[in-house]
Amino acid sequence: MFYISIFFQYASQYLKTRLTYRVDTIVEIFSDLLFQAVNLIFILVVFGHTTFLSGWNREEIIFIYGFFLVPYALFTSFFNIWDFNERYIVKGEMDRVLTRPIHSLFQIIMERMELESLFGVITGVAIMFYAGSILGLTFAWYDLFIFIAMVIGGAFIYAGIFISLASIGFWSDSRTDIMPMMYNIGNYGRYPVDIYHNVIRFVLTWILPFAFVGVYPAAYFLQREEWYWYAFLTPVMGLIFLSLSVFLWNAGVKKYRGAGN
Amino acid sequence: MSQYIEMIRVRFLMMLAYRTNYYSGILIYSINIGAYYFLWTAIYGGQEEIQGLSVLQMTTYVAVAWMARAFYFNNIDREIANEIKDGKVAIEMIRPYNYLGMKTMQGLGEGIFRLLFFSVPGMVIVALIFPITFSASLTTWVLFFISLVFSFIVNTQINLLTGIMTFFLFNNSGLIRAKRVVIDLFSGLLLPISFYPLWAQSVMMYLPFQAISYIPSMIFTEGFVGSEIYTAVLLQAVWALILLIPIQLLWSLAKKQLIVQGG
Repeated sequence: MFYISIFFQYASQYLKTRLTYRVDTIVEIFSDLLFQAVNLIFILVVFGHTTFLSGWNREEIIFIYGFFLVPYALFTSFFNIWDFNERYIVKGEMDRVLTRPIHSLFQIIMERMELESLFGVITGVAIMFYAGSILGLTFAWYDLFIFIAMVIGGAFIYAGIFISLASIGFWSDSRTDIMPMMYNIGNYGRYPVDIYHNVIRFVLTWILPFAFVGVYPAAYFLQREEWYWYAFLTPVMGLIFLSLSVFLWNAGVKKYRGAGN
Repeated sequence: MSQYIEMIRVRFLMMLAYRTNYYSGILIYSINIGAYYFLWTAIYGGQEEIQGLSVLQMTTYVAVAWMARAFYFNNIDREIANEIKDGKVAIEMIRPYNYLGMKTMQGLGEGIFRLLFFSVPGMVIVALIFPITFSASLTTWVLFFISLVFSFIVNTQINLLTGIMTFFLFNNSGLIRAKRVVIDLFSGLLLPISFYPLWAQSVMMYLPFQAISYIPSMIFTEGFVGSEIYTAVLLQAVWALILLIPIQLLWSLAKKQLIVQGG
């Protein structure tokens, strides 16, 4: 309960800062749209040169992309911890966070949230409806709940991976520069995983399970029954990865010694 | 001049102090190239070549484009924005050097570090795992490095422009992000420009972005042949010169209306 009221206080402060720099907020929403368009353009350009990607057609790939945008929007709104190391550890900000009586991870999430990224949910759903109507997909009433469970599972997977990476900062304060590339690897989960070599497929399924934030759950809605088993694993994987990362984070906080003055 | 070289050195040493984690970066990088390789193989399906590039050339293109990115990429736009927000820029401006030149040199120090400790070992490892073709001709290599220098210059100029915009917008994290997305798409990092529909290609011809990634990568994969190479490098040089104008203009405007927000 206390955490919920803290959330609303942070959110209202956040809106105030956003309204102070209005031009920047508009540019930021615009840049999000641009980012979403870039990946769509990639798919469109690629399908200008081919008609099937290992048995999946253009609209199916676009549908997967639309699905991906929804959990990704939740992730980017609340888990902007890619620069945690530089921002909190190297600059000593972590000390300030630790003196307060709220869980440190929760505080950092609140400080770094970017609510305008939630627009991605709308874009994603719109893309799914567009592709779905061309494919003539039909949905049952319970699909909405399955959709929500899978979206949350997907967002948790992303969050788990990036929180774990940020936790590395507690043990070593060197810069890794792997975060941007990690965002890029996330893109590969949006394509049918059977195109990859087994090693990469294994990595995308069990180690950096980005395939659960794209092709696996979307396969359920595309009625690709061979992937159903993986599709229903999405929320489970999300819970496992998030719990692991929080565990890692707590262990890291215990280990944390501060970085100088 | 010597103070600028010193800046390159200091930034290089700073990066060197934190080198260990770069090796984990190479692993992630290999996974990245690997996934790209299979994605492109699937896209090619049975086709021999698309737009004059074979699968092999395409893989090389992707590998070298990301390696080159490690060299030309820097965060000086973000650094400038932060220094303006903190008010540090006021102190920087009274120091006896050119602030923008200084930032460029820091970016270069970082770039050289990544080239030596990330790109070169990374490329060797990737070449061992995936089929990548290296040119045997020395001229290709020389031209590639010349064009790589230009891609650093053009990318840095665009970063400087984005950074200077903070003087006018006060908070420009949105602009910085938009710039990054535009560069990824229009520079040819994700897709070679020749894959785009013709109308899009003709628009991109008039933009500076292809000088950043498309040109060096095409030279390396020998997608450009003969006089095409020289025209391309010349184009990069022209953009490097043209971009100096808006930088100078904005910078002199910015100095006049500096508002220090904190400090």
